[in-house]
Amino acid sequence: MGLVSAASPVEVEPTLTPDEITFLAKPWVTLVWDDPVNLMSYVSYVFQKYFGYDKAKAEKLMLEVHTDGKSVVSTGTREEMERDVQAMHEYGLWATMEKAS
Amino acid sequence: MSGFERHRRSGRVIATFTGFEADLLRSLASQIVELLRNERAEPASPGADAFEAMMVEFSGATTIPEDPVLARLFPTAYPDDEESAADFRRFTEGGLRDGKAAAAGSIIDTLEDAGLPPELTREGLVIDVELTHAEAETWMRAFTDIRLALATRLEVEAGDEHYWHSLPDDDPRAQAHDIYEWVGYLQETVVEALTT
Repeated sequence: MGLVSAASPVEVEPTLTPDEITFLAKPWVTLVWDDPVNLMSYVSYVFQKYFGYDKAKAEKLMLEVHTDGKSVVSTGTREEMERDVQAMHEYGLWATMEKAS
Repeated sequence: MSGFERHRRSGRVIATFTGFEADLLRSLASQIVELLRNERAEPASPGADAFEAMMVEFSGATTIPEDPVLARLFPTAYPDDEESAADFRRFTEGGLRDGKAAAAGSIIDTLEDAGLPPELTREGLVIDVELTHAEAETWMRAFTDIRLALATRLEVEAGDEHYWHSLPDDDPRAQAHDIYEWVGYLQETVVEALTT
């Protein structure tokens, strides 16, 4: 991490409201969708292995996929989410990405 | 029929297959390899010209594959944004295809290294498979692709087990579904062996 120089004050564009600033920083999410094929144990394994989630979190997300039809499994920049979606496809999970709502 | 288990002393993930089972697994894995290699990504429109075909060859596919199995293996990443979806596909599908073909290929290689002959001729053949943790994960992924392919072809849906079990034993679809369930059982035991 770099050092922040305090020499020059940061200028904020005065026409932006806090809501709009939040909008610009809006992250992306990776969604995993339910399918009739993938085993619950496998989906939970993949969430632990790839995302490093503990067993409880992985199973919670897996059950969300199973019961709600989909679950947000990760949040981040667009590039990060593209990596996550690609990894999910590698594991055979049905994943898509979109801007967080 | 037995699945995978973790060998207590070595920590390896092991299984014993009959010659018939090993031959069947090889056949399924070969079909995945063939599907991924032969059904190369092609322009979807029938009127696509040679230039377009060449661009696909060079820079990767941009449209969802026509084959429903491939469409399931390589889903659209951006359902509401065609342009981003095309870019994503261009940059990922080739690598994903190669990875999946390599995973299925490792099943074939391991079975043959373990003594599965090119043609199954003799009765009573037993194939012992011994996988490292990483190899077992590769098999686990390949089992997923095999199951997705079978389920897509059979049009398996959630909660339809009763339908499949009501089919007569000699129905080829019932037999294919039995194989689908068997690979699911194998996968379940791999996951179990990897987590204990």
